[in-house]
Amino acid sequence: MNERNEHIYGVACTFRKPADVFHAAEKVRDAGWTRWDVHTPFPIHGLDQAMGLPRSKVPRLTLLGGVTGFITGCLLTWYMNSYDYPLIVGGKPYWSAIYPFPVLYECTILFAAFGTFFGQFILNRLPHHHHPLFELPNFARVSDDTFMVVLEAHDPKFHVDDSRNFLQSLGGQEITVIRD
Amino acid sequence: MAHAHDSSSERPAILDKVRPAELPRPKLILNDRGFHWITDKVCGIVEEPTPLWWKVLFGVALFIASFTGLGLFYLVSTGTGTWGLRSPVGWGWAIVNFVFWVGIGHAGTLISAILCLLRQKWRTSINRAAEAMTIFAVMCAGIFPLFHVGRVWFGWWLLPLPNQNGIWPQFRSPLEWDVFAVSTYFTVSTLFWYMGMVPDLGAIRDRAKTWWRKAFYSVLALGWRSGNRQWSNFEMAYLLLAGLSTPLVLSVHTIVSFDFAVSNVPGWHTTIFPPYFVAGAIFSGFAMVLTLMLPLRAIYRLHDVINQYHIDNMCKIILATGTMVGYAYATEFFIAAYSGNVYEKFAFINRAFGQYSWAYWIMVSCNVITPQFFWFKKVRENHSLVWIICIFVNVGMWFERFVITCTSLANDYLPSSWGYYSPTIVDIFTFFGTFGFFSVLFLLFIRFLPLLPMAEIKMVAPQADPHAH
Repeated sequence: MNERNEHIYGVACTFRKPADVFHAAEKVRDAGWTRWDVHTPFPIHGLDQAMGLPRSKVPRLTLLGGVTGFITGCLLTWYMNSYDYPLIVGGKPYWSAIYPFPVLYECTILFAAFGTFFGQFILNRLPHHHHPLFELPNFARVSDDTFMVVLEAHDPKFHVDDSRNFLQSLGGQEITVIRD
Repeated sequence: MAHAHDSSSERPAILDKVRPAELPRPKLILNDRGFHWITDKVCGIVEEPTPLWWKVLFGVALFIASFTGLGLFYLVSTGTGTWGLRSPVGWGWAIVNFVFWVGIGHAGTLISAILCLLRQKWRTSINRAAEAMTIFAVMCAGIFPLFHVGRVWFGWWLLPLPNQNGIWPQFRSPLEWDVFAVSTYFTVSTLFWYMGMVPDLGAIRDRAKTWWRKAFYSVLALGWRSGNRQWSNFEMAYLLLAGLSTPLVLSVHTIVSFDFAVSNVPGWHTTIFPPYFVAGAIFSGFAMVLTLMLPLRAIYRLHDVINQYHIDNMCKIILATGTMVGYAYATEFFIAAYSGNVYEKFAFINRAFGQYSWAYWIMVSCNVITPQFFWFKKVRENHSLVWIICIFVNVGMWFERFVITCTSLANDYLPSSWGYYSPTIVDIFTFFGTFGFFSVLFLLFIRFLPLLPMAEIKMVAPQADPHAH
């Protein structure tokens, strides 16, 4: 029986313990899968390496945000207090990096936080309310106490029956095919 | 010890035979509670029918909050003269209350950010509620400077926006720095709080039975699927936000202290202000966290996740920061004496023995003496006593801001311009009501959002370790 792949999102199987899913993840990684994920109620320490995930790209967006924030702060204070309406207050210069430093500092942090916050959601493709996984009856338990490995149909190695058997060999329980 | 110099080359054979003993670490979760128990416990708080005590407290909180509404309505419709501000004291309760509430907020960020960077795992049980406290406290704080500007409808002039006069905000002023510091603090704290909550909102969504509940939490959870590819970015973002919040929280109260320290008023113009204000903020904030968490722990029976170890740690932080604050009070006196500046000397003698000496001694007894009881384990284990001491700390820290603000202004350089400040009933109403406003927000938070961070508590459970056997 060979089901047609275009109606299938992937194959999922559950695990009961962090250690089990951790070792399963290492085996999936070593088998050369690229389109797959491990769903866990909490981040498991070391699972990124066990899955062979690269370092997250969020820090780049944080840096981008921080640099933007600092420049924005400089331009803001320079334009307002030195260019558009120059004022002498307390004998200080029209513009220097010293007197508005708290403003530059706060702008840097604010924009870096925006970069981090929105960067995280952009990289995670969120919000994303309709997903085949949400149709899976036992997926609701993943946010509670169940661990789940999902092999996606987009992976070149994917074949329904083989993938099922592979997950079985990893010690997974409740193996289910996810329809798209 | 004769071989101490070449100990690296000669490794004693015994070292290969012995195994170092495991360090006994205090348990963060008692009674070996499993993952499902944690989910049930935290989601249960949101899922249960609204308890009677909540309804009663919510009604009382709304009633108290209406005092702020009343006070502000009277102020705006009549004029700022209804507050007790008059020359020479132009900064009265409004600024005292502002600094008080902003300070309260600081413990939330300390717990969520600084303790995260220091890998203090015990923070996980209390960080969500403490962060909520931060946000609500900053909202209470924001009311005061906003209305203190006088014509509140011009409050937006503080923002860098063009107005009809073609004038921009003046960035050399510490008050303008404060606008940026506090608004950044509020924004970043809210982002951090919300982002940390998304996985837990997903957990509540997954358990939701009714349509409206499912819809409400689905929207808030943004479709979080708790895949490790998501967790990987999430963890990185969480760490970065903790890293950003740490310098932020230190800068916020530093800049609040600049409001005072940059001026030339005796007793304010000191370099000790930034660290002293930050220590005081953390001190009062932890007291507020305990004030809120001890009753919640009792009501929701959270004894397994917020145990004596957590309470001990918080008491010790209060003890440490309270002692720092006491040390700062002493340093201020020493520096005033050592400065040789007559006005500075007078400012401090006047604080302790002048017309506001009653406030000064309330401050010292609440802030310096009461936390010293936390040296004793018996006191830390008596939670009613801990709660009472925390109330004293809250009171003491309000008086600290009162002493700083009012004594220096009431008696500055020229005796001919001295005065005595008293609040009016409008001041008292407005401040009293903010406790209701804070409680309304906090009660709504308890009712509708995950009170404890489930995912983070599960993460520090012993069974979460993938290498455990």
